[in-house]
Amino acid sequence: MSLLCEIPNPSRRAVLMSGGALFAWAFLPRFARAADKRDPRLIVIVMRGALDGLSTVGPVGDPDYAGLHGDIALSLSGANPALPLDGFFAVNPAMPVFARLFRAGQAAVVHAAATGYRDRSHFDGQDVLESGLPGPGNATTGWLNRALAGLPAGERVAKLGGLAVGPSTPLVIRGAAPVLGWAPQALPTPGDALAERVLDLYNHRDPVLAAALQKGLDADRMATGDQLDGETMKPKGGLGNAAGMRQSAQGAARLMAADDGPRIAALAFDGWDTHVNEGGATGRLANLLGGLDGAFEEFEKGLGERWQDTAIVAITEFGRTARINGTVGTDHGTGTVVLLAGGAIKGGRVIADWPGLKPAQLYEQRDLAPTSDVRAVLKGLLADQYGLSAAMLGDKVFPESAAVKPMRDLVA
Amino acid sequence: MAGVVKPSDNEDRPADAASPAGEMEAGLALPASNATPPDPALVALHRFGLGARPGDDFGKIAADPRGYLKAELGRQDIALISPDDPKNAGLLDSTAAIQASMAAAMERKAARDEKAAAAMQPMAADDPAGTAVAKAKPAVPRVEADIYRHEAQARFDKALAATPGFVERLVGFWSNHFCVSVAKAPVVRASAGAFEREAIRPFVLGRFADMLLAVEHHPAMLFYLDNQQSIGPDSRAGKRRGRGLNENLAREILELHTLGVGSGYAQADVTSFAGMLTGWTMAGREGRLGEPGTFVFNANAHQPGEAMLLGKTYPGGGMGQAETALNDIARHPATARHIATKLARHFIADDPPPAAVARLAAVFTKTDGDLRSMALTLIDMPEAWATPLTKLRSPMDYVVALRRAVGPTAGNEPQRSLRWLNVLGQPLWQPPGPNGFSDQTDAWASAEGLKTRLDIAWQAAKQANDIGDPDEMLASLIGTSVSAETRQAISRAESKQQGLALLLMAPEFQRR
Repeated sequence: MSLLCEIPNPSRRAVLMSGGALFAWAFLPRFARAADKRDPRLIVIVMRGALDGLSTVGPVGDPDYAGLHGDIALSLSGANPALPLDGFFAVNPAMPVFARLFRAGQAAVVHAAATGYRDRSHFDGQDVLESGLPGPGNATTGWLNRALAGLPAGERVAKLGGLAVGPSTPLVIRGAAPVLGWAPQALPTPGDALAERVLDLYNHRDPVLAAALQKGLDADRMATGDQLDGETMKPKGGLGNAAGMRQSAQGAARLMAADDGPRIAALAFDGWDTHVNEGGATGRLANLLGGLDGAFEEFEKGLGERWQDTAIVAITEFGRTARINGTVGTDHGTGTVVLLAGGAIKGGRVIADWPGLKPAQLYEQRDLAPTSDVRAVLKGLLADQYGLSAAMLGDKVFPESAAVKPMRDLVA
Repeated sequence: MAGVVKPSDNEDRPADAASPAGEMEAGLALPASNATPPDPALVALHRFGLGARPGDDFGKIAADPRGYLKAELGRQDIALISPDDPKNAGLLDSTAAIQASMAAAMERKAARDEKAAAAMQPMAADDPAGTAVAKAKPAVPRVEADIYRHEAQARFDKALAATPGFVERLVGFWSNHFCVSVAKAPVVRASAGAFEREAIRPFVLGRFADMLLAVEHHPAMLFYLDNQQSIGPDSRAGKRRGRGLNENLAREILELHTLGVGSGYAQADVTSFAGMLTGWTMAGREGRLGEPGTFVFNANAHQPGEAMLLGKTYPGGGMGQAETALNDIARHPATARHIATKLARHFIADDPPPAAVARLAAVFTKTDGDLRSMALTLIDMPEAWATPLTKLRSPMDYVVALRRAVGPTAGNEPQRSLRWLNVLGQPLWQPPGPNGFSDQTDAWASAEGLKTRLDIAWQAAKQANDIGDPDEMLASLIGTSVSAETRQAISRAESKQQGLALLLMAPEFQRR
């Protein structure tokens, strides 16, 4: 297959540098740390398909939980006991890394959370979650990109741009601020000469394609640079399976650990739409949660000392029905969890104004009722990590959301 | 019945809003050369078709581009993959494919049981948390993978031979509209190709309602959207087994297949429609309900009694209840708008001209959803010939166009094309969700996507059997409207391979 492996690749780096690299990383001075020595990173993981929060972090202390969630409810006893977080909540046993981080004060959960969206369409729900707009429709930019664009010009986080992981750019980070794209290397690479010529042609004829290709080449160079001794990473699958999640986090961590790498990243993991045979402590959902847990672990390992300034937030468009459906799965619901991890997180806490699971307490008598707004969590993180003002957050980043107050002190 | 459904203001938003912002964005994305109307031959070959092949006569096509497209529509059985063709002789119908998958699953289970019995003996019962998770997912099962590959081969063969491929583009459009995913389960991997041949292809120039009915009856769709297990709570099976509804198929029919999101249906409609669809299932391996792998209506699982959908009451009556409802919603004005918007977005622009959408919707309603009339309307639309070619070819269209341009190569097919589609983010019959792959340029014009296209163009050029003069290839593949810069870049290439790769990366080749 790899007919091209014999081609020496000595000058690629040089060519790309002279090609007017968009971020010109190589020319940036090693910047001085800010006065407080913090160099914050923010990683957003979008779980598309609607995550069952009640099987991720189970309210095992709620007397109505086991009855509603039936055979797939988490339990502190049995062959695969859930891992207790506090006296009331326990995390799926597929997530031992998250449980360890939680005990170390580096992970937290916001439970019974939802965006402002109250219908049950995945695609509208994802639009709202990622665009940060008050409702679905016509979303072309994401809140994370607008947050980047809202940073003071010349701010180094803004200058370094964002990172989008995967073959296509998640909506959450699309927009005017520069974004680098990267996915695990999967094909033999052509020589520099061709890349240079195509770029030159695009620069003359099609600036949109020129910018995209330039960024793709830059990211490739960064992620598979010297550290790998020329060996390219082999793809382990898409972002809808555990190996793919872990691998994409590994590459993203390598890019973000660099002094001149991006500080803000978005990853989208697919496959959470568990209508049938969802499984509980083991099975389909547990496999995916294991992949998410693996991604947390890769970020912890790969970011090294930068982990201490890192906040990871994992979000989904909505939750699933509290009661299992007729096929031992769950249908589209409302309230769910937001997972937070990272050395910067003030962890060891499940933050929840618990609504209860009695029929009258459920949203429309079927879903976990939302008592926290996902946007409040995201605003809090942006405020704590990057100092964005409430006005900027309520107007530009999450338009028409002034009433949703940032949830502060999520960051230590 | 329509009384309850309010025609929504924001159905597929960009179409209805006369959107200056949208147009401005599209304008910014334009290659500089596209200020004038595009070359009509390129419109026929790129906007509507699958790209030129060496030997296509640009002058002749440009003289009557509409006639060129209509001629394809007129060919007998043009959308079908003929099993009479010896190349396609081994293709299985969905029943045979699913039965093969069922048999293979039994064999795999037997092998697993044997292995487990051997391994379990010395193992302790207490399994530390997390080991179950660490188990690697088994590789794609072989029988299903073989069927899938064979189907892929037939699909690529059809696309490579099409002139100019407008009908194959329509097949791709509808296959994405009514998508299933092979990642769901081995039976879907085995039957996804047959699904497209049986439920999509026969109807792409027929009636929308017929396609809708064929799709929702098909085992691949019933399995993909979980309906085969959905059971009416008050049915005999529901009472006996304590199982119940799964509303996945009902919701996606309303949201994605017909009316469109935000068109006025409520959760109660979804739940009620899910009840109407109970009993629509696939006969299992034991054949208790019928020939294994075929559609069957299981009256024992059907929610009895009348049901409401969009304000209309459907009397109880078994399978006919949901069929009547499907026939009604296929003709709903919201469905006409939804389909018109998606077609215009696919063939004209990400933000399609509102007038074009309105005309398509009117034709849909007037002709009772006649998709041949819709195709002819698209061809005759002035907007189709005046709008600049700003959309980026999807990965599937890019891979097919590239293979048509390059001709046979040393690469191992169809594995090579399937791998390209995987790394480009559009694996064949494996969309990330039931809404299919994106039809917007933004989704594909990503940094990683462009970089991967470069890798692919280079690999294709390296593996090409016999590369002629790149300048002549340019004339025969992109025609005379090519920009001076592209022409110059190719003529200055340092090798034929590099020239061909540049051609395959040229804006004129990427955009449609």
